Amino acid sequence: MATKVVMAQLSPTMEEGKLIEWKISEGDAVSQGDIVAEIETDKANMDVEAMGAGVLRKIVVQAGATVPVGTLIGIIAKPDEDIESLLSEAAAGPVAGAAEEPAGPSEPAREEAEEPADGPEAPSDGPEAPTATDEPAEVAEEPASAAPSAETEPEAEGERVRASPVARKMAAEKGIELGAIAGSGPGGRIVKADIEAAIAAPAAASLATAAGGTTAGAIVAEPAAEPLLRDERVEASQMRKAIARRLAESIGPVPHFYLTIEVDMERALDMRSELNARADGFKIGVNDILLKTAAEALVRHPQVNASWDGDAIQFHGRVDLGIAVAVDGGLITPVLRDADRKGLRRISLESADLIERARARKLLPEEYQGATFSISNLGMFGIDEFTAVINPPEAAILAVGMTQEKPVVVEGELTVRRRMRVTMSCDHRVVDGAIGSAFLATFKEMLENPLAMVL
Amino acid sequence: MAVITYREALNEALREEMARDESVFLIGEEVAEYDGAYKVSKNLLEAFGEWRVRDAPIAELGFAGLGVGAAMVGLRPIVEFMTWNFALLALDQVINSAAKLYQMSGGQYNVPIVFRGPGGAALMLAAQHSQSPESWLAYVPGLKICSPATPYDAKGLLKSAVRDNDPVVFIEGELLYNVKGEVPEDEEILVPIGSADVKRQGDDVTIVTYGKMVHEALRAAETLATEDEVEAEVVDLRSVRPIDVPTVLASVRKTNRAVIVEEGWPVANIGAQIVDDIQREAFDALDAPVARVTGLDVPMPYARNLEKLVQPSAENICTAARDVCYI
Amino acid sequence: MATKETRAHGNTPAKDTPAKPAAADGPDLPGLEPGELKELLRLMILARRFEEKAAESYQLGKIGGFLHLYIGQEAVAAGAITALREDDYVISAYRDHAQALIRGIPARAVMAELYGRATGCSKGMGGSMHLFDRSVNFLGGHAIVGSHLPIAAGVGYAIRYRGGDQVCLCFFGDAAVNIGAFHEALNMAAKWELPVIWIIENNAYGMGTDIRRSAAISELVDRACAYEGTASTQVDGMDVQKVRAAVDEAVRTAREEKRPSLIEAITYRFMGHSMADPSHGTYRAREEVEGWREDDPILSLSDQLIAADVITAEEYEEMDRAVIEEVEGSAEFADASPSPDESHIYDLVYSDEYPHGLDRRDSWR
Repeated sequence: MATKVVMAQLSPTMEEGKLIEWKISEGDAVSQGDIVAEIETDKANMDVEAMGAGVLRKIVVQAGATVPVGTLIGIIAKPDEDIESLLSEAAAGPVAGAAEEPAGPSEPAREEAEEPADGPEAPSDGPEAPTATDEPAEVAEEPASAAPSAETEPEAEGERVRASPVARKMAAEKGIELGAIAGSGPGGRIVKADIEAAIAAPAAASLATAAGGTTAGAIVAEPAAEPLLRDERVEASQMRKAIARRLAESIGPVPHFYLTIEVDMERALDMRSELNARADGFKIGVNDILLKTAAEALVRHPQVNASWDGDAIQFHGRVDLGIAVAVDGGLITPVLRDADRKGLRRISLESADLIERARARKLLPEEYQGATFSISNLGMFGIDEFTAVINPPEAAILAVGMTQEKPVVVEGELTVRRRMRVTMSCDHRVVDGAIGSAFLATFKEMLENPLAMVL
Repeated sequence: MAVITYREALNEALREEMARDESVFLIGEEVAEYDGAYKVSKNLLEAFGEWRVRDAPIAELGFAGLGVGAAMVGLRPIVEFMTWNFALLALDQVINSAAKLYQMSGGQYNVPIVFRGPGGAALMLAAQHSQSPESWLAYVPGLKICSPATPYDAKGLLKSAVRDNDPVVFIEGELLYNVKGEVPEDEEILVPIGSADVKRQGDDVTIVTYGKMVHEALRAAETLATEDEVEAEVVDLRSVRPIDVPTVLASVRKTNRAVIVEEGWPVANIGAQIVDDIQREAFDALDAPVARVTGLDVPMPYARNLEKLVQPSAENICTAARDVCYI
Repeated sequence: MATKETRAHGNTPAKDTPAKPAAADGPDLPGLEPGELKELLRLMILARRFEEKAAESYQLGKIGGFLHLYIGQEAVAAGAITALREDDYVISAYRDHAQALIRGIPARAVMAELYGRATGCSKGMGGSMHLFDRSVNFLGGHAIVGSHLPIAAGVGYAIRYRGGDQVCLCFFGDAAVNIGAFHEALNMAAKWELPVIWIIENNAYGMGTDIRRSAAISELVDRACAYEGTASTQVDGMDVQKVRAAVDEAVRTAREEKRPSLIEAITYRFMGHSMADPSHGTYRAREEVEGWREDDPILSLSDQLIAADVITAEEYEEMDRAVIEEVEGSAEFADASPSPDESHIYDLVYSDEYPHGLDRRDSWR
């Protein structure tokens, strides 16, 4: 049977892709898994893998062409196989059934994989290709590089999982990682029912598996669920549904509102200096501190770490921070996974790596999808403050301005302090003013008392 | 199969054992001519005569000790305390004599005696008439302690107690005397001391209890089944020394959660002991900490509403069961 | 001071003032055969020498806990118990060594019990205060003051219940008459006509308290009036023959009339309440103790018997020597005996088979 090579939808927002080059020629033999082409998506360049074996019988779309998602670009088949029907199909046009909605940048992507209400964490991003063909012409790169995958699980960070004795026993017997389970008992205790549910709902395939190979270690076993954060779908109340409906109609798909706060950066900067004065020469950036602080604040305000889901609010069990990075021609937001579980050092290493690869357009889809909250920093461009647009389906984004010296009154005295203004854009369907304000207050509090981060 | 009251079941047990063995006699206040303060010994005087059904003066220590002496030289006395509250006066004989003589004498003198009477609260009898004695006594090695909840168990256990060659504390209940239940007529029933009975089967939560509270637990189990779809297993201990730990553990291993219910005070009571047995032997089976539902830690007040508050109810049991089921 | 003259009768002399014996067949020897008299003497000497040896062993640390010596009171135990049949019963409080020996528990078994050995009469499980021997119907050895009195009533009840004619002899001290159990037991025994002989060993002191300070009645025997039907008498407890006569009568009353008796034996202990208590210098004056020593029951009887040519001085010495040898032998036996087997620690808690293991996993031994 012939194997179609198609322009796959590699991100929820992708509508078309450019075929940069074919790696093989017509007539070449192909084994399953071979890289046959490179394409450019709206975010990065991706390799195309052969899903079947045979010979590249026909190149349908030439290098350099930009075609809609779903378009047949090549055919792999046995040398003597009849591919006439496929060829005529190709002539007819791109395969129907590509992404349903015309995706605008702020459209919440409905294709987000539905997570089971309880049970193991599904990777919050998935290669969902809701196309009729459902061909995940995936481009999974061999197990990546990056620092994250090489690291051990966050569990090594010392969090003890609370689980009842029978739950532990069952988990051990079934080979289920307790850290992957959200506990429904008091204090987040994992109880028998949670393990039973985990056994009943087979773990949603990790991204890498769906991609047709394993990226060993890319996203390894989930870390222990934070007691306050869990993947949980909560049906919206009538009032909330009404708010959602009304606001969406009046402002646009995502009803934004904005909260600004000014943060005294003295202590954070002092802390940074102190850390950077250490002999090992390792340097922490302000951004690293902001990421960590945001993560900690999110842990304490889980309602900001959530998404609107039609008529319910989906709370996320992990804190995955999107870091807005300006790249040639646009903007991309690589994701720092489980930011709350990582120390400053690791955050620094990982985010540096992500940013570098983002600029080089070498990110894997799973590395720029599935953030639960984003931060955008235009301080280095001298911007005092600005408002950012929320990346759906997140519920908020934090826009960070420049840290600068300002005259400030402190205890009745005029003095000069280094201050920074941040503006949070909130999705009013999920985050109300009070919630957003509370989050920002915590963010500010922690940034002004950075030692609290060790708690 | 006859349906008789708990009181009648005890009466039958007394009658049968006294007929079977001439060394068995009953002594206590009002047991003979008055037919028993609670009529448990009704018509026994007439059947067995005054040496075998003896009205004692109000002298609990005295007649309890008399029983011990008679037992030492081969009789099988049944000493009735009008209530276990009064028996406090006699505890020197129960504990220092009856429980210990076998060991102190190097195994020469066993004491085949039964101390029986109603324990626990009745209705508005206030602080000195409402106590549950089992914890004071379960502490003592050398005693065996029974607390039946149903007529069948009352009869079967009393017969076993009389035949037992060691001192047995037998705790009845004023509010239990009228409880009706099936008791076979033409067969001899002997319930072994130290054996529990699963009164209701269920897979979701184990309720361990004894005495009056068995009935509250069964009521609670019905409510849990209809309102929460939780099937409770009710384990009636029937004896609190020794406690049938294996039966309790088997149930907890099945349901993964336990609620222990008893009428008396909470500190160092029978349930506290069972919690230790469960956590030690069935730790890995537990899905939730073991819950205890007990009477409140206060002397029993007189006022009706307060007494009701103090006593555990089926509702309290449901609350505890839901808690351990995470509902 | 609690001299004979000042005790028991307010300030009047004792009813039975002991007189010096006259001739051998005089009226002071109430019908006892010479053999019986010698046996009485021997038994008292046995009790005395045993207690002395026990005291020595205690001081050497071979006996632990409490040790309550009967020295000086031997006439009461000897006179009373020898009035019984083999199938009668004896029960006592914690000052029980003499009663045990005189009733027939071998000295070695008693000494071994004091030493806490497996060969003791209670297998090392009871000690000094809990001597038992079912084969001679000795029902202990009880440590709670007065608690054995209702038990004695129960024995009497069982005797009547079975239609027998045995009797139960119950020894206790003067201070026990103040405890509730005394009243409850005597009341039941009187009401139900139980064959119990209540013997008050009135040695004038309840531990350190003169009985006249604690009892609201000067003559303890008079309490019998509250238990109608109870025969009563007061007797010189330093005179074994007087005691014997009184108990003989009580035994007859019990066996034939099914009535209890209350006998108050005026006696005295030459040692302290226990080994922890000095014999004089605290609540007793030395003169008082010395005064009573002049009425040593053993010396009284031996003098009497020697004077009446029932025994010779040499025979007396010989008797003493034999007893000493027996007592020394009992101490050696005890010393050489093994301690109880620790693996059997749970064996004597219940006589029936115990359905669930007593050795809980949490005992960590």
